[in-house]
Amino acid sequence: MLREGEIRIPSACGLIGYINRKWKTSSGDHIISAMTVMRERGNGLGAGFAGYGIYPDRKDYYAFHLFYENIKAKEETSEFLYKYFDVVREEKIPTRKVKTIKNPPLTYRYFLKPKEEYLEEEEISEEDFVAEKVMEINSKIDGAYVFSSGKNMGVFKGVGYPEEIGEFYRLEEYKGYIWTAHTRFPTNTPGWWGGAHPFALLDWSVVHNGEISSYGANVRYIEMFGYKCTLKTDTEVITYIVDLLVRKHKLSWDITAKILSAPFYSVIEGMEEEEKNKLKALRAVYQSCLLNGPFAIIVGFSNGIVALNDRIKLRPLVAAEKGETLYVASEEAAVKEICQNPDRVWMPKGGEPVIGLLEEVEVLV
Amino acid sequence: MKIIEDAITINGKGLHYKDLNEKIEEKLKEGYRKIKLININGQRYIGAGLTFPEREIEIYGTPGNDLGVFMNGLKIKVYGNSQDGVGNTMNDGEIVIYGSAGDIMGYGMRGGKIFVKGDVGYRVGIHMKEYKDKIPVIVIGGTAGDFLGEYMAGGRVIVLGLNTEKEENLCGYFCSTGIHGGLIYFRGIIPEYKLGKEGKIVEIEEEDKKFIEEHVKKFSEYFEVDFDFIMEKPFVKVIPYNKRPYGKLYAY
Repeated sequence: MLREGEIRIPSACGLIGYINRKWKTSSGDHIISAMTVMRERGNGLGAGFAGYGIYPDRKDYYAFHLFYENIKAKEETSEFLYKYFDVVREEKIPTRKVKTIKNPPLTYRYFLKPKEEYLEEEEISEEDFVAEKVMEINSKIDGAYVFSSGKNMGVFKGVGYPEEIGEFYRLEEYKGYIWTAHTRFPTNTPGWWGGAHPFALLDWSVVHNGEISSYGANVRYIEMFGYKCTLKTDTEVITYIVDLLVRKHKLSWDITAKILSAPFYSVIEGMEEEEKNKLKALRAVYQSCLLNGPFAIIVGFSNGIVALNDRIKLRPLVAAEKGETLYVASEEAAVKEICQNPDRVWMPKGGEPVIGLLEEVEVLV
Repeated sequence: MKIIEDAITINGKGLHYKDLNEKIEEKLKEGYRKIKLININGQRYIGAGLTFPEREIEIYGTPGNDLGVFMNGLKIKVYGNSQDGVGNTMNDGEIVIYGSAGDIMGYGMRGGKIFVKGDVGYRVGIHMKEYKDKIPVIVIGGTAGDFLGEYMAGGRVIVLGLNTEKEENLCGYFCSTGIHGGLIYFRGIIPEYKLGKEGKIVEIEEEDKKFIEEHVKKFSEYFEVDFDFIMEKPFVKVIPYNKRPYGKLYAY
């Protein structure tokens, strides 16, 4: 089969995400019903979900979700994992047979922690170590792909419509306080299990509608910091840029949004002196992190979600609020399907982030 | 055809857009003057390509994208918000939205009228056009997003901004970028920096005033807003500098 970069299939996508700020959980079938309203936005070539708070019993361990194309890949990866990590549990991800889903890869998950000796030896933070090993597996072991690697969260994705993928992974058995979902109409690239959204690294997950024409510039920049873009898709590079800006450079979400969706210089010129200088500096320093081209993304992380559009809003995004729950989606109808009378519905402006955070957590905004 | 005066109700709950739209057309062909659609949520293309002047569809809920696409004569009232692409390439008829509407409303619109009580999204009125007496009109009660009237080639857009005190909020950035026909009226004076390169702000004339009054009258009737209150504030209009702004760009 032809993979990313070898074939071009033009088209759209649908996304939704929500957060209960008071940590109240809902099961995975809730978000599936929202996705069915946007069936026309996908074509059955990719769908996926991310849930946060789903592994409360093992919340201190990294949950690695893996696709294996064959047993050899599994053996090789297992050896690698047991060498560098203390694995407290290894299991098949529970799935059920779905008629329309043909030839799924083997799906396994591991709950693990890096071995102390390696962290000391390499003088590296736990998170950097984990990220490095994820990249190593994805780029070096043929037929193995880590598609989820955060704590107390998990990504479930594959080739199919959202309701089929949800049924396959028995999503109704998981409960989370943050969920994001995606249905895919592959842009430029073929649908394969690893290429479905969300893309994840550590506790970051990204769902994305659009296509980033700055991909080349973004990749050249991010690879200088040790990230390896193995999938040749724009969503992967967005995930790594967010990791760099927010986790490593410790920038606030407000600033990060202004880097990813930088305002035009013509708009900056009309701003007050202080704001003008700040935005000009950001554009200069982080020029290569500007995501050019149409996009609407929802970034999920342990403490919340952030939704963002490109600066001229070339992809749809609607936000809504009902009590302690914040929703973001490609279409208002998707929100209305699971929340009939929202207190407020609004259309965020291009480049204006919609931020939803759990109560009692500290996040720079 | 014998017209049936009693309204008929169609329940859209769980109905795919294809089945819903077939049902609507079937009922119009049977002669119903008015169709009530309840529990609508996300169904696309409602009213697509239909030619039934003097008939009416009432929608309760949130209709999906491309509401009234290619519509050729029908009145649609939406009691709720609309999504993207309302009146896409619409040819005739009327759409009245009691909530707000999304992006690219009136895309390539060539006839008919759209009235929105609330705000509208980005690129509304993009590439609207007109021919002789066929002039599409959009009236917006609230404010508009960026790129209002982008590449506009004809037709009229009226922005009232009834929900904002600040005139700079009437529309977003890059209003009238690439405009080469048609007019945009604003209730209040928008600052120059909101305009794209191809539009310019001028005062309205007597015939503009008549045109605005005629449409504000209808707006005030639909949404029960006081006509005199709306007309208290002066209007300006944005016109194209040039009928062929890019005529020389690709010619040599």
